[in-house]
Amino acid sequence: MKHDLSQKTILLDHGSGGLASQELISTLFLKHLGNTILSALEDSAVMDNQPGRLAFTTDSYVVDPIFFPGGDIGTLAVHGTINDLAMRGAKPLCLSLGLILEEGLPLDDLERIIISIRDASLTSGVPIVTGDTKVVPRGKADKIFINTSGIGLVADGVEISATKAKTGDKIILSGSMGDHGITIMTRRAGIALAGDLRSDSMALHTMIQRLLAGLPTGSIHTLRDPTRGGVATSLCEIAGSSGLMIEIEERCIPVRAEVRAACEILGLDPLYLANEGKCLTLVAPEVADQALTLMQACPEGAEAAIIGTATSGGAGRVILKTTIGGTRVITPLHGAPLPRIC
Amino acid sequence: MKYVDEFRDPELTAHLLHELTAATTKPFRVMEVCGTHTMAIFRSGLRGLLPPEIELISGPGCPVCVTSASHIDAFLQMAELPGTHLAVFGDLFRVPGSNGTTLAHARARGAKIDVVYSAMDGLELARQNPTEQVIFPGIGFETTTPGIAATILAARQQNIDNFMVFSTHKTMLPPLMALLGDPALGIDGLLCPGHVSSIIGAAAYQPLAEENHLACVVGGFEPTDILQALILMARQIGEGRAEVENAYTRAVTWEGNARARSMVETIFEPVDMEWRGLGTIGGSGLAIRKEFSGFDAQSRLSITVPESKEPPGCLCGQILKGITTPPACPLFGSRCTPSSPIGPCMVSSEGTCSAWFTYGNYSEKILS
Repeated sequence: MKHDLSQKTILLDHGSGGLASQELISTLFLKHLGNTILSALEDSAVMDNQPGRLAFTTDSYVVDPIFFPGGDIGTLAVHGTINDLAMRGAKPLCLSLGLILEEGLPLDDLERIIISIRDASLTSGVPIVTGDTKVVPRGKADKIFINTSGIGLVADGVEISATKAKTGDKIILSGSMGDHGITIMTRRAGIALAGDLRSDSMALHTMIQRLLAGLPTGSIHTLRDPTRGGVATSLCEIAGSSGLMIEIEERCIPVRAEVRAACEILGLDPLYLANEGKCLTLVAPEVADQALTLMQACPEGAEAAIIGTATSGGAGRVILKTTIGGTRVITPLHGAPLPRIC
Repeated sequence: MKYVDEFRDPELTAHLLHELTAATTKPFRVMEVCGTHTMAIFRSGLRGLLPPEIELISGPGCPVCVTSASHIDAFLQMAELPGTHLAVFGDLFRVPGSNGTTLAHARARGAKIDVVYSAMDGLELARQNPTEQVIFPGIGFETTTPGIAATILAARQQNIDNFMVFSTHKTMLPPLMALLGDPALGIDGLLCPGHVSSIIGAAAYQPLAEENHLACVVGGFEPTDILQALILMARQIGEGRAEVENAYTRAVTWEGNARARSMVETIFEPVDMEWRGLGTIGGSGLAIRKEFSGFDAQSRLSITVPESKEPPGCLCGQILKGITTPPACPLFGSRCTPSSPIGPCMVSSEGTCSAWFTYGNYSEKILS
C-alpha cells in the first residue's frame, strides 16, 4: 500500500515506523538531505577516525513562529549547533537531526524547513549524518520541535573556554546585537511591529577557523555565542567563570537602528536580546586589532567591534559605561524579556 | 537614531551636569513620580553623576507596582473561568496575587493568556476568536487610559461583543495630593511624569505646587531631559519659589490633550480605588460607565474583588510612598529578586526595586 503524501499534512502514521515513515524519509528527508552516510539508513552513522580531540554538543529548537525574516527553525537548528561547536574552537564535522512533528503540520511547511536545513548544511559544509522523526498527536507539540547534535574536532593547542579569559583581554562582538530576539518577539501575536527587522541566524565556524589560523596559538582565550539572555548574560557567565571584571562601553556596542527603535518602543534592552549569528571573543590585547581585522574581513564579522576589556578588579562583575559617561552594573537576564506597559 | 541620540549626547550631558551643579545651592529631595523616570535615571547611569546634594526618591508612578494584590486575584479568577482568554500587558504577567500565584502560573495550568502591546491587540484577538470572551485587564494611568477608551469605542462601533475590560485604571493626582500633604516625607521638588502630563497638562500640578510649596517640573525621559528638569527645579528651590515649569515642551503643553481626556470621560467615571501599598484613595480610580457596561468584565462576569493581603515582610508600600529605599527591605535581593519577585516593585521592569536590583550594585547579595 502506498501512503499518499498528497494529503499534504503530517499524520500520526508518519511517525509509526512503518511504510508512511519510510515514504516520508525517502521522498522528503533523503531527497533533500541525502549523503552517503545518511542515505545508508543504518541505525547509527559510522565515520572514519580523525586525529584530534572531539567536541560534542546538543541543542533543541522550539521557536515560535517557525518562519521569520532572516531564517526559520531549520536554519536555527543547523547554525545553533555549529556555533556551539565553533565556540570551543572546534571544526564541525557532522550533525544529527531529530524531528518531533505535531500531527496536522502542513507537509509544505515541513519541506520548506527541510530545504532550509539542506541549504544551511550545504553552505556551512557540515552534513547531517543521522536522524530520527517522531509524530505526536495534535496539541501535544507546537508544529515542529528540532534537536540537533554535533561533533567537531579541536586542533592541538586550541584551549578555548570561559575559564581561560585573562586580565587585559579585549572583548570583540562580531556584529550588531539583538536582531534575532527582537525579530521573534515582534512577529509573535499581539506585538506586531512594522520595520526591517531580520534574524541574524548564521554559522560562525568559518570565521572562527580563520581567526584560529590567523592568530598566534593560544591567543584566543574565550568564545561565546550570546544566544538567549543576550550579550549581557553571556558576559556575566564569562565574568563568573573567569573571576574577572568585565567593563564594556555602551557607545562601542553595535546595534542596528531598527533594533534600537523597536527596543525603545517596547521598553526592551538589546543587551538582553537573543542573537543567533554573533560571538563574543576574548583575545590577548596584543592581538586584538589583528583579530578585529580578521573578523571584519569575513562577512559574518563585517561589523565586528571591540566593546570592552577584562580587568582584575571586582570578581565576576560586569560594568557598563553608558553613553553619557555614567556606569551601571549588568546582571544576568531574569525570566523572559517582556514588553512594558508604557 | 533621530530624537534619541541628541538627547543622550555626552557633551551636552556634561554641560548640563555642570549647569546643574552651579544651580544647586542647597541640598534637596526630589520625588520622581514615574517608573519610567526611575528606570531612565538608573539605566543611563545618571544617578551616579548627579551632584551629591540631590536625593532622588521614587514615587507611586509604576502602574504594575500599584496594582493591588486583590486586583491580580480578580484577574486570576477571570483567567480560570471557562471560555475566557486574557490579553495582558507583558509586565503584568509575573505579578503575584495574594497567595503568590501569577498569571504565568495560571497559563501553565491551562488558562489562555496572551501578552499584547496594546488593548487594540486584545480587540483583534476578540475578533479572531468569536467563541471566546477576551478580557483586557486595564491597568495604568492617564497615559494608558485614552487608548483603552478608544478601544472600547472601537469595539462598540465594530459590534464586537466578546471583548471586555476589567478596569483598575488610576489617576495620578489624588495619590500625589495624599502623599505630598505629609510633611514628614520632606520632599522639596516633584519631577512630574512626562507622558501623564501630555494628557493632563502641566497646569494640573498647580494645586500641588501651591498647597504643598513644591517645585514641580515636568520632565522627559532622556538623560538631558531629566537634567534640564532638575536644573529648573534646583533654581526654584534655591530661590525659594514653588511653581510649575515645563521642561518637556516637545510633548507636553500647559493645557494637555483635551480630546484624549474627553474620550476617557465618555467611557469612565471616577471611583475610589485601592492602590498597592497605599490603600484605598478616594476618587483615584476609573470605572466603566453604565452605558458601556457590556464592555465591563467586572459586572458582566460578576467578579468579586477579594480583600488584599500584602506579602508578609514586603516593604513595597513604604517604597511606593518614598519613605524607604529598596535595600532597607529584608526581602530585597535575597528572597525577592526579578526572577522570583515577592512584591510588585520587583516584578515590573519599571519598579523601584527592580531598578535598584538590575542597575544598582546588589547582585552580590544573592550570591552570598
